[in-house]
Amino acid sequence: MKYMLRVLFSLVLFATTAVLAQTDVVESDSTTVVTEQTPAPVSMFEAKDKDNDHGHAFVLNWELSADDGAGLDNVLTYEVFRWTPNISDSIGIIDTLLNVAIVDNGPLNQTTATDAEQRIDSLMTAFLGPLANASAQEKGARLHELRAAYVERLAEVHSAYPANGYWRKIKVVPFGTTSCEDVGGKEPENSGYIPDFTDYYYRVDAVTADTLVRAESKIAGPVQSSGQWFNTGRVPVLCFVIIFTILTLYFVQAAKKGTDLYVRPLGGIEAVDDAIGRATEMGKPILYVLGLGSAADVATIASFTILGRVAKKVAEYQTELIVPTYDPIVMSVAQEVVKSAYYDAGRPDSYNEDTVFFVTQSQFAYVAAVNGIMLRDLPATNIYMGKFYAESLILAETGALAGSIQISGTDEIAQIPFFIVACDYTLIGEELYAASAYLGREPVLLGSLKAQDYAKAAIIILAIIGLIAGNLDWTGFTGLFEVTN
Amino acid sequence: MKRQIPYALVFLFGLFMVFQYFVPHESSEWAYEFLLDWIMIIGIFALALGIWSLFHLSVEKIRARKEGHGYSYITLAGLFVMIAFGFTARHGESWGFYLVWVFTYLMTIMLAARTLAASNEPGKRNMFMVATLGFLVATIAIAIFDDSWSFYFYTSEGLENSMWRRFFDFVMMPILSTMFSLLAFFIASAAYRAFRARNVLATLLLVAALIVMLRFNPWFPQMAGLSNWLMNVPNLAAQRAIVIGIGLGIVATALKVILGIERGYMGKG
Repeated sequence: MKYMLRVLFSLVLFATTAVLAQTDVVESDSTTVVTEQTPAPVSMFEAKDKDNDHGHAFVLNWELSADDGAGLDNVLTYEVFRWTPNISDSIGIIDTLLNVAIVDNGPLNQTTATDAEQRIDSLMTAFLGPLANASAQEKGARLHELRAAYVERLAEVHSAYPANGYWRKIKVVPFGTTSCEDVGGKEPENSGYIPDFTDYYYRVDAVTADTLVRAESKIAGPVQSSGQWFNTGRVPVLCFVIIFTILTLYFVQAAKKGTDLYVRPLGGIEAVDDAIGRATEMGKPILYVLGLGSAADVATIASFTILGRVAKKVAEYQTELIVPTYDPIVMSVAQEVVKSAYYDAGRPDSYNEDTVFFVTQSQFAYVAAVNGIMLRDLPATNIYMGKFYAESLILAETGALAGSIQISGTDEIAQIPFFIVACDYTLIGEELYAASAYLGREPVLLGSLKAQDYAKAAIIILAIIGLIAGNLDWTGFTGLFEVTN
Repeated sequence: MKRQIPYALVFLFGLFMVFQYFVPHESSEWAYEFLLDWIMIIGIFALALGIWSLFHLSVEKIRARKEGHGYSYITLAGLFVMIAFGFTARHGESWGFYLVWVFTYLMTIMLAARTLAASNEPGKRNMFMVATLGFLVATIAIAIFDDSWSFYFYTSEGLENSMWRRFFDFVMMPILSTMFSLLAFFIASAAYRAFRARNVLATLLLVAALIVMLRFNPWFPQMAGLSNWLMNVPNLAAQRAIVIGIGLGIVATALKVILGIERGYMGKG
């Protein structure tokens, strides 16, 4: 309630000041000067290395000042200070000189403001001495050298605290805040670089509306940052990966031993063979679109496997296959996949290297090209498998207008409805990944499907327990699944 | 051996990527970024293969005089004109022989493509070859003697070339926008097909769609609550189920790839 009142009061004060500032009427001398009283400082202030990170960062925690939201209730902000050796300022000035005066080994920037030029010149002279009149390249190289030497000395000068340094304000946070992070750059070349294993000191001031009236905390430090070798915030993920890997390996082994694994049939997959047969009967080509994903996308990897199966059938039936690609790496992989499929089908002579070709890396230019193929060549079957974005509906609707049988599959949630309305068969999400196993009917691949089914069952059970735990406030249980960072 | 080495590499780097996720240390980050840089390097080499594929396919279409092979000339012209403009720039306001150079350069490419396309007709091939050489000499001569422009292979001047920008802004962008705008019409036609009340489920879909469409209609303010419920409860629940399935599918596929169970991406089913 008090916060609300304070915010309301600030708003009213601000509005009144704004209105008065715009009035021409000169007010009489009725201003009341309010003198702020010094608030209580924050307590339990501590600075520590940030957990589960690559280093170069600290976390600062404190307990609110007694006058924040209570007592005098006059704390407006907390100002966080870091003890900074003077040498850091020199590094900052060198960074500015390099950015403003010298564009790395280039000429001096044209500066019209004379005082700015003079200040740059004087700083150059201060830092470079006899080199002040050297070429821009020489100046740049010397400044880089100087900077590197200063950065190397950072650990040494930090250990000399409190000599040759001062408190620099690094952050201002509003009242009610009890923690903040000081995250520095990890490269010595970056401005704001915080070296690991170097002593740092921090202080927090509770500040009132009159910024001169403030209370300093005790100093926290020395504290050193360092990177960790294991992210403890991701333990639940690790546990899941281990359990899922064991499940998968178990079912793969079971499948290898000959255990009969039932998997429910997928309409879209069963339609692939029929669609290829239809194309053969009609004497028309099959268009296979791998989407806009890169070769690193799992959906594209799954699509390669399906392409291999389709190409093998196509080779057996002696039908034409067209595979326009969006990504050159995808093209190279797809060429290899199709070529191998033709070899496996015993038809290496039928393989045409122009079956898989690169079109463009521009999304809608790619769509235009594929739509052109659909309307000119009128493929009997269009297969869309992989990652699709805004182009999905344009492709699928054009295919529908051209009268092709269409089978699609994607893991892009937003595109699934488009494919469902415009295609004859759609593989929804995970079915795309399962398709290769269905097509091949290989026991080892079916084993991984079985593992997925069990994992899904486990997730459903855990979701139900989580629902109950969440409602009954069993934080011990829900905390087990909390993933941070 | 030819197969085993790639599988071993996939296993090694796949495993590294898994561990990398759990190791926030700088060394792990460095190795991760180093590997990502390799993707870019491979991508650049693959792009050269891609451009060759496009060039080869276009020449083949011209050679076979396939239906619409005229578009292949436009494709080649567009490709090479943009490359030329991207790597060259004028020094000042003077055009000099810049446009003449672009023309001779383009003619060289077109005639070279025609020469390759006419490989089965020696007479035509020789004629095109002579013409190609003629334009090539003219292209080189202008490039050497014309001082109004220069090549910029390592700097950004090419990308600031006014012609490159104009072609991109006033030709490429409107064409791409046109393609994108087609989506509006396709959404209408797809929606018409999807919303025909053929059975109970389709009718449900139609009703739900009507409610969602009326969400922002000022005459039916009560629809906003119902629509939000539809979007945030049944719709979101279904989406989350799909997302969980996708997540498991991704992990399973990645595992199969790392362990060498899934080999389709290497052309081995």
